[in-house]
Amino acid sequence: MWIALKRIIKLGWKTFTRDGGVIMANCFILVLTISLISSLFLMKEVSQFLIESLEEKVDVSVYFKEEIKEIDILDVKEELSNVPEVKNVKYVSKEQALKDFIQRHEQDPVLMKSLQEIGRNPFLASLNIRASDPAQYGTITNFLEGSLFENLIEKVDYYQRKTVIERIFSLTASAEKFGIVFSILLAFLSFLIVLNTIRLAIYNSKEEIKLQKLVGASNWFIRGPFLVQGIISGILAAFISLLILTSICWTFSPTIKILFSDLSIWRYFTNNFLTIILIQLATGIGLGIISSTIAIRKYLHV
Amino acid sequence: MRCPKTTMIVFKNVTRSYPANPPGSAPVIALENVSFKIDKKEFVSIVGKSGAGKSTLLKLILAQEKPSQGQVFFDGQDVHKIKPQDLPGLRRRIGAIFQDYKLLPSKTTYENIVYIMEVLGKSDEEILRDMPKVLEIVGLDGRTQNTPAELSAGERQRAAIARALIHRPDVILADEPTGNLDPYNTSEIIRLLLKINEFGTTVILATHNKEIINSLEKRVISLEKGKVIRDEEKGRFIL
Repeated sequence: MWIALKRIIKLGWKTFTRDGGVIMANCFILVLTISLISSLFLMKEVSQFLIESLEEKVDVSVYFKEEIKEIDILDVKEELSNVPEVKNVKYVSKEQALKDFIQRHEQDPVLMKSLQEIGRNPFLASLNIRASDPAQYGTITNFLEGSLFENLIEKVDYYQRKTVIERIFSLTASAEKFGIVFSILLAFLSFLIVLNTIRLAIYNSKEEIKLQKLVGASNWFIRGPFLVQGIISGILAAFISLLILTSICWTFSPTIKILFSDLSIWRYFTNNFLTIILIQLATGIGLGIISSTIAIRKYLHV
Repeated sequence: MRCPKTTMIVFKNVTRSYPANPPGSAPVIALENVSFKIDKKEFVSIVGKSGAGKSTLLKLILAQEKPSQGQVFFDGQDVHKIKPQDLPGLRRRIGAIFQDYKLLPSKTTYENIVYIMEVLGKSDEEILRDMPKVLEIVGLDGRTQNTPAELSAGERQRAAIARALIHRPDVILADEPTGNLDPYNTSEIIRLLLKINEFGTTVILATHNKEIINSLEKRVISLEKGKVIRDEEKGRFIL
């Protein structure tokens, strides 16, 4: 058993070192595939970040009638925080709302002038509600309108924002779906390419495989060296892909950080280094083994 | 089928035909209703013109091809009923010398000869012990690190013979083993086959070399157009 294993590994290593050109071609294709799959892994993180930051921008504001006291509003806030669908609630007082408005429109003389003309604070106190899931805004609004607080509330701006919220929701949902389908499709395509490359390489050895069968070698003794070769190519390709990916992340992380200050590809890469290595090794070795097994199968019927 | 313990190979009404190509033409019949028995330790020559069915007959023993009708037995076992996973077991008991050598092109001569020992799981010591002897017997010292492509036809043939001998099989199937050798080397190889046969190995030699057959004075099965036309002890080459 051990002697057979030792020989299979030795035979595999020998062919690996002899068929340099073919092996290089296989490795190249494997590197492309592995890089593709690991960048899908990184892209998943980036798109997740973009979707989340988009969802983060969505909220619903509840404006309270002018005469309502702050303490009552804080009661409502307390009550809302206990609703499971609500992620967080922020109280914006009349004064704060005015301050925010002034800060935002300082450069706009027309707005500033109109504000002066009104002569008092026209803003209403409000609660800013964020749901954990954009689909829940409807439920939260219903909750507010159907509850005891109804007579405290001036308006809920959900209906004005409804279409935007729903559009964002459907956009992010379809972006995720598209991402999954696209990844599966790409992974499948790259698998086919690897399979065909390895199939061509093994096609060259088909006479040799037949011969080995004729002198009485078992299927495993014939298949083994090809698998060993596949594994070595897979490891080598995973290593090369890791180098490529590391340098890409290192180079482009600062640029991306300028665009999205909260998104650090490099940090994500280093935090998930082990997972990435595992994904690359598993892809490389897995593809090497599966493709060799499929490619060699038909020549073993002698 | 029950055979006496001394029987090694049995052909029972074996026909091997290939499908008609183009369709509608007559199918090609390589062997037709062939029956014979070969005992253990026997030395049998199979003679016939090119296309008489000699190679097909050897391929049937190796389970490389299936008979269209009839059965082939190897040591009491129906060769074509052996399960695929048990086929290597049968083939390891046979040392085959192919007409076209069938050496593994990507391996050196040494690796080619050693391969069968590795397949059998022999230890490195056994390989180191047997290898020089076999190389000496076939006269192939010094060229063992070359690939088959770098050898002359005669050297390739000798490498093929060495590969068939090294694991001491029960049966040697030799398909034109002297086809590319000069008369001196030819008689050497034939003497070698006779010697192996003396040690108890069954030898089946397919050839169309008249001189060899006539000098052997062993059993000869003559084939013509796929049929056995003569089967004689101490036969001669008559076609």
